[in-house]
Amino acid sequence: MLKDREEVLKAVSKPASLGPDLEIKDYIREAKAFYSCPVSSLPKEITDQSLKVGIRTDEKDRIGTYFQIDHSVVFQGFQKAFEGKIELMSTTEAIKKYDWLKDYWWNLIPANMDKYTALSELNWDHGYFIRVLENQKIMFPLQACLFISTNGLNQNVHNVVIMEPNSEAQIITGCTVHPNVQRGLHVGITEFYLKKGAKLTFTMIHNWAQNFDARPRTAVLVEDDATFVNNYICLKPVKSLQTYPVAYCKGSNSKARFNSIIFGVGNSNIDLGAKIVLQGPRSKGEVITHAIASDSSQIYSRGLLIGEHSDSKAHLECRGLLVSDRAFIHAIPELIGKVSGTELSHEAAVGKIAEEQIRYLMARGFSEAEARSLIVRGFMDVTIFGLPDALRDEVKRIVDGTAKGVL
Amino acid sequence: MSSLSVENLSVEVNGKRILDEVNLAIPKGEVHVLFGPNASGKTSLLMTILGFPNYKVVSGEIWFNGVSITNMSTDERVRLGIGVAFQNPPAIRGVKLADILHNFLKSEPEAKKKEIELCETLNFTKDFLSRDLNLCFSGGEVKRSELLQILAQKPSFVMLDEPDSGVDIENLGVIGKVINDFLKERSGLLITHLGYILRYVKADKAHVLIEGKVACSGKPIKILDQILKEGYGWCEKCLKIEKKC
Repeated sequence: MLKDREEVLKAVSKPASLGPDLEIKDYIREAKAFYSCPVSSLPKEITDQSLKVGIRTDEKDRIGTYFQIDHSVVFQGFQKAFEGKIELMSTTEAIKKYDWLKDYWWNLIPANMDKYTALSELNWDHGYFIRVLENQKIMFPLQACLFISTNGLNQNVHNVVIMEPNSEAQIITGCTVHPNVQRGLHVGITEFYLKKGAKLTFTMIHNWAQNFDARPRTAVLVEDDATFVNNYICLKPVKSLQTYPVAYCKGSNSKARFNSIIFGVGNSNIDLGAKIVLQGPRSKGEVITHAIASDSSQIYSRGLLIGEHSDSKAHLECRGLLVSDRAFIHAIPELIGKVSGTELSHEAAVGKIAEEQIRYLMARGFSEAEARSLIVRGFMDVTIFGLPDALRDEVKRIVDGTAKGVL
Repeated sequence: MSSLSVENLSVEVNGKRILDEVNLAIPKGEVHVLFGPNASGKTSLLMTILGFPNYKVVSGEIWFNGVSITNMSTDERVRLGIGVAFQNPPAIRGVKLADILHNFLKSEPEAKKKEIELCETLNFTKDFLSRDLNLCFSGGEVKRSELLQILAQKPSFVMLDEPDSGVDIENLGVIGKVINDFLKERSGLLITHLGYILRYVKADKAHVLIEGKVACSGKPIKILDQILKEGYGWCEKCLKIEKKC
């Protein structure tokens, strides 16, 4: 994979193929340094914001934590009992420690893909490295918070997650801003490697600000008998968000699933996709997106399934709910079958809340406003994520809390 | 006093008359049956009593326990004590049966225990409450789910729209027993096509609706026998005689 600096430099002005083009010079690079400290000692306004994206600074029910504010790593650590089972540190530290990590670095995502990947390579601001060692099954989540506290800042993180053979884990990543931050740009590169028999449930919650831009770039390699589940939630305003993660189901019996719940608020421009490439025998994929557009928000909901193996199967489901006449949802499901025998399907539906559903709930004693709210909250049902009970209830509380504020 | 009465009720949907000068009075504690061919206005009458906005009342009045409810919203009517079991309820993704039950039982002590008891009454496991409302329910599950909601609501007057249609004999037994127990000391209006449910439920009076009008009223079993023998042509004749008069 290309790491040639000249090629990267050529890409610094290359717009992404999707989403509004951003002027990188509009964002600042200077941020004050934050010193390492226990996460429990972080100021209240930071812990409160973090909790809204699933990051517990009391570390209750969490095995380990990575916490980055602006360009500073403030905390990285995990419970002693997991020494020799997991590794968790910044990628800057990991790349110094492990020479072999360069084989995973920009291996799934080309550094010259667009101006954002180039920016991340040229102005790299840490990111997390998580590795779960062979046969280790970690039943409680690891958590990572990427926090922005400086208004107008550009933060570029590069994360690498390696799941060694037969390992299992859950990771929660929360990306959010200080209440005083109105604008900024977050670029997040994440490369996932799931080796034979590994299982990872990755849940990401975004909570930005009305004038904030985000350009995550994600790719996943899924080997034999491995399963990757990606859950994504974005319910708060954002100026623009464009991301199109891709999973390569390379191994036999490999599985990938992308579940997303997004709520467009204000003038948010959200361009969210998920792509699964079925390369291995008996590989399977599923993409489920529930998008709600309110106010004047614009949502592009994309999905692409590519069948490259004759014994592969995938399904794509995109549901869009318009709760405002000024909002807009464009569902773009795409299927590409490259060999006979691959089985790809999709269903997409975009519309308003059905009057029939409102009337039914009113016949159960709900007022019209309560009925609408119940239907919209139902649209954000987190059971589609297939999370373990405790984590599901926690995520549900976050979604319900956010929904209460926006409905 | 009547539990529910309908006086000279005429209703239009999209400018088309679907109910014409309907009069009906259901005294407290009585259960009435509504017969009629397809598209005669039976379900429309139920929807109008519920106050669904696309059913426009052009004349007449609806009274519930002595109070005019003609201009009330659906939820206000429901809160007064009107319940309904729909024939074909819509599926609502993400909204759980539990959400409806919580709403009805929220002020009750030991609501959770009550929920489980109600599920057992209708042969549901507790897991069923986590299912999306009416999504991929079987015919029998739809009918039992509607009844489950009614049992949680405990309305004083209940409308049941074809609770016996599309239900196998085993489910019919469960549904019939639950409806019969529930209707003791309550009032109700029951729509049935073939009258299977009347094997389980004792009804006091029947009305036949033809082309949006009440063609005749009388003893339920007698009217049902007549319909099963001669079809609704017999009732249409009655209407023609009435028109000539």
